[in-house]
Amino acid sequence: MSNLIKLQDGHAAIVAADGWQIVRLPVVETEVKKQAGKVVLFKLTGAESATAEQIAGTEVPAGKVLLPLSVWLARKAEFAARVAAGEIGVWLATHELIETLAEDQTDLNVFPVIAVFIERFADGRAYSTGALVRSRFGFKNELRAFGDVLRDQLFFLKRCGFNAYDIRADRSAEDALASLQDFSEPYQGATVIEQPVWRRYARG
Amino acid sequence: MYKYDEYDQRIVDERVAQFRDQTRRYLAGELSEDEFKPLRLQNGLYIQRYAPMLRVAVPYGLLNSTQIRKLAHIARTWDKGYAHVSTRQNFQYNWPELKNVPDILAELATVEMHAIQTSGNCIRNVTTDQFAGIAPDEVVDPRPLAEIIRQWSTFHPEFALLPRKFKFAVSGSSNDRAVVQMHDIGLEFYRDGSGELLIKVWVGGGLGRTPILGEVIEAALPWQHLLTYADAIIRVYNRHGRRDNIYKARIKILVKALGIEEFKRQVEAEWAHHKDGPNTITQAEFDRVAKFFTAPAYETLTDRDAGIDAKAAEEKAFANWLKRNVHAHKVAGYRAVTLSLKPTGIAPGDISDKQLEVVADLADKYSYGELRTTHEQNIVLSDVKLGDLYALWQEARAAGLATPNIGLITDIICCPGGDFCDLANAKSIPIAASIQQLFDDLDYQHDIGELELNISGCMNSCGHHHVGHIGVLGVDKGDSEWYQVSIGGKQGNDASLGAVIGPSFAADEVAGVVKRLIDVYLENRSVDERFIDTVRRLGHTPFKERVYADRQPGKQKVEA
Repeated sequence: MSNLIKLQDGHAAIVAADGWQIVRLPVVETEVKKQAGKVVLFKLTGAESATAEQIAGTEVPAGKVLLPLSVWLARKAEFAARVAAGEIGVWLATHELIETLAEDQTDLNVFPVIAVFIERFADGRAYSTGALVRSRFGFKNELRAFGDVLRDQLFFLKRCGFNAYDIRADRSAEDALASLQDFSEPYQGATVIEQPVWRRYARG
Repeated sequence: MYKYDEYDQRIVDERVAQFRDQTRRYLAGELSEDEFKPLRLQNGLYIQRYAPMLRVAVPYGLLNSTQIRKLAHIARTWDKGYAHVSTRQNFQYNWPELKNVPDILAELATVEMHAIQTSGNCIRNVTTDQFAGIAPDEVVDPRPLAEIIRQWSTFHPEFALLPRKFKFAVSGSSNDRAVVQMHDIGLEFYRDGSGELLIKVWVGGGLGRTPILGEVIEAALPWQHLLTYADAIIRVYNRHGRRDNIYKARIKILVKALGIEEFKRQVEAEWAHHKDGPNTITQAEFDRVAKFFTAPAYETLTDRDAGIDAKAAEEKAFANWLKRNVHAHKVAGYRAVTLSLKPTGIAPGDISDKQLEVVADLADKYSYGELRTTHEQNIVLSDVKLGDLYALWQEARAAGLATPNIGLITDIICCPGGDFCDLANAKSIPIAASIQQLFDDLDYQHDIGELELNISGCMNSCGHHHVGHIGVLGVDKGDSEWYQVSIGGKQGNDASLGAVIGPSFAADEVAGVVKRLIDVYLENRSVDERFIDTVRRLGHTPFKERVYADRQPGKQKVEA
């Protein structure tokens, strides 16, 4: 069993096997940055993600793969046939902008999966990324969160358009399912449930 | 006031269930400290020096007597018999046990209350003018739109984990009493020549380590677009606000870095996609919410009461209270009354369970069962008949709630400080007490006149020291507690930030320093000039010179 929850037609279930491999950039030594005496844990939005060496050195296996955004942008010519075969998806780091992908690839629906890597669960940038992927760029396929994905943030991810959640490996996906139902009738309009409650129901 | 329907109630009930399970998992070791932290903070729960502190939301400061009685019950049952009014109009408890918090929240839910988003990096409780709906200078009642903001911001999925906290304040009067320029988003509601309701939007204000007054991003936003415009502002902030450094993470830093023009350009580009979308407020929704804020059935009264005038002439204490604690009302024959939570010897803003019960009774008897908390940490009864003032005063005085010091030097805004708060560098409550003791003489206080003295125990500025006419800030130097004193801060339409007068002082010097500042003012003031006016006219030099005249750091202390 994987730890991946998928939402289909409003029903959430843990999938038996994922089928997608996440391709990662080779790890390089980086200097530890500090701000106000503390180690900087969050990259600034739009900051450089990968060096040319890392991109060139990324090995892409056969089969269905999720590529780092930087690898896709620099090497997409290699993957044209595999895109057509529905084998290529792209993942963004928390600090990467969806606009960068959308400017390069007008129709995002060529990708069966777009994923966002949640580096730290307390970083809410992924929520805006999800909202934009769906509402501005019209992406209809699987939008997946992976990384530091925990049950107490699932309801927010769901309402921001994510429909697949790869729960952090040390936590139970089974337990996490319950949190997708934390609230039954949210107040405000958002990506999922677009209408605010006072447009959905006659209130008083 | 606003009354929950089934949707409001369900959201609050579901929150209680959610937090009960989160607390259970934390106590069972299934959630780490770091994972639980944002969850408990977004329920107003801090880990403090001795126990968790629970902050209960009072949306835009409005409460009814049933809710106050529930707060008294909670203070008795789960705390040490008292509660505290915060500078964001909320109630705080200093001694609840974590395992009891789900039960406390369940109790609150029975009276349409909660602790949602009273802390954490999310949209916080909306604050407003304590005289909303009754102020003679009010142009627009800000409460319906404040409630609409409350609902929209509650569990907003995209803005659940912002770079830092995010505070709204709203005002609908010509004199700003909500400090709108000191908020992440400040809104002033007004009407144009044709009577259309418009909003002046400030962005990027805030106190804290880097105090900045907000800038106007939009001078005339039609009210229907309030939420979509806010969605656009906060989306830009959520994506581009700095998360690498907690001290630079507020929206004010982003606005300063980009400049207001560029920030506005980005917001407008984003807003083009939101404008006229589903969150656009309809007239029907506005009316639905506004109907909860209609005026009570006021009697037709004259605006003069011979009996009250006679009592005031007889009893100086009553006259003093009328002068300081009773405020104008838009309806003839009615007044608003501030119950002072600032008697000498009590931590500013603290109120016992017994006093809460008295406050609830007074509200029922004299003010249609409603009351308000103020960001100056007092409580207001909003609709008192002129003829009832003497009876009300006697009852309030018996309960220790009638100190006639509103707006005077002992009406100190003060954070909990190092006695309770884990963030504090220094204690603030004993400093407030030392100043209150030195200026305890009421005639002296009344002679000094209007003066706002604000104390914060650290740079987070919960005590609003930057906008105090006199501000005191606790700083940590080595192992001892020191205090920086600033003058010239002011809230209101002509808000300004105070400037530090010089090297900091030991705790036992602060009251003496304040005394010297007051002496300079009393010697130099012209007729009807308030302390702040004299500071603005003379500049800081004469004040500094007096305070530091005989002081050599570390040797000669300032004495009163």
